[in-house]
Formats: sequence, C-alpha cells, structure tokens
Amino acid sequence: MSAQTPIARVEGLGASHSGTSHFWRQRVSALALVPLSIWFVCMALSLIGAHRYEAIAFLSGPVNAILMALFIIAALHHMVLGVQVVIEDYVHGEGPKIALLVSNQFFAWLVGAACLFALVKIAL
Amino acid sequence: MAEQARPTATSRPISPHMQIYRWPVTMATSIVHRATGLALAAGTLLVAWWLIAIATGPHAYNLFSMVARSLGGQIVLFGFVWSLAFHLFNGLRHLGWDSGFGFEVRTANRTGVGAVALSLLAAIAVFAYAYLEKGVYI
Repeated sequence: MSAQTPIARVEGLGASHSGTSHFWRQRVSALALVPLSIWFVCMALSLIGAHRYEAIAFLSGPVNAILMALFIIAALHHMVLGVQVVIEDYVHGEGPKIALLVSNQFFAWLVGAACLFALVKIAL
Repeated sequence: MAEQARPTATSRPISPHMQIYRWPVTMATSIVHRATGLALAAGTLLVAWWLIAIATGPHAYNLFSMVARSLGGQIVLFGFVWSLAFHLFNGLRHLGWDSGFGFEVRTANRTGVGAVALSLLAAIAVFAYAYLEKGVYI
C-alpha cells in the first residue's frame, strides 16, 4: 500500500498512465535520427554499384559499424512509437488493437535482431 | 419531441466534403508525414534485406543488386529516399513546434511548402548523383 494520496499517484501521468514518456522518447529518437539518417543516405550513396567485399570492408570499420547499429536501433525504436500511435488512432476494437500493437513490437524485434545479427556477421 | 422528423435534405452546407475541400498545407503535410512514416516502417525490410544479403554471400548480394537495379526496384527506392527526406524535413518542423517555434499560420504554411520542396529536391539530387556521378544504377 502506498502512502501517497490518489491524486499524487496519477498527477502528470494522464489517461495512458505513462505520462510524457512516449512523447519524449519519440522526440529523442527523432533528434538522433536527424544526423543518423543523413549519414545513412550518404553511406548508401557511396556504396552504389559496390562489390560485396567493398560493402563488407566499409561496414567492418568500427565507426561505420557503430553508426549503422545506432541507425537501426534508433529507427526501429522511432518506428515502434510512431506506428503505435497510428494503431491507437485508427483501430478501435480492443482485440484487433492489442493484436496489432503486439505485432508492431514483434516486427521491430525481428527486423532489429536480423539487422544486428547480419551486421555483427559482416563486421567481425 | 423525441420523434421530431429528421430533415432528409438541407440547404445548409454540411461539413467539409473531401472533393471540394481545399486541403490546408499543414493538414496535407501532417497526413503525408504519417504516410511516409508507415512507408519507412515497411522500408526497414529493405535495409534488413540489404544487410542480410551482404552477410550471406555473393549470390544473395547479386540478387539484391539485381532487384534494386530493376525498374520496379528503382521506383521503390525513389519512394524510400523521398519518404525519408520528407519525414526528415517535416520532422524538423515538428521538433520546432515542440520547442515553441513556427506556430504562426504563415510560417507553418511556408515551412510546410519548404519541406515538400526540399524533400523532392533532395530525392532528385540523390538519384541524379547516383546516375550521373556514379554512372550506374543503384
């Protein structure tokens, strides 16, 4: 049992019970993705028409490997938060909504695990 | 009172009709921001495919390159690059609003048109560089 009054327990948390954490994480990941996505496009451009071994050599560099990993993590985190809002806005049935919200998380974990595994295999 | 007949037709204007309603710039960019966000979510599969293809071997990598170079692949990649560019520029507008800047209607309209123009320019520049400078398709 908490000694807090009911109002103190909910203050600032709002209807979602998570307060501004979703909003904040969306903005922080967006901020990270500004330089990371620009780097990603420049990187992709430099590898146009490259042989596989050139791509491997590029992604094996520690700076490039780390930036690629950061891009994947930040992009997928930002994606989960964004798609979650779209689902919450347009899907109103409780069952389909929960199913889609869970699928959204699973999709991100799957894509993230696949990308990071491939990156580790390339870089090491 | 409760059984008052509902008018079946009215001469009053009803709420904005999609076909005659002029979309404000801010509304259009908001909708396109969502659409490009969803497109980019699907686009993560392309990034995953590319990385897995590099990790797997020459055959997998050649398959990816072949599909990327095809007409359909080029169209999808242009859509991906433009979506990323628009989501980036329009995302900067959102970060500005979140910091309390750019709320005036004139400013919001201008930055909206700017985001559309810059994103198209950026996507065209990326592809122009790919075709002209590199001399090859993606």
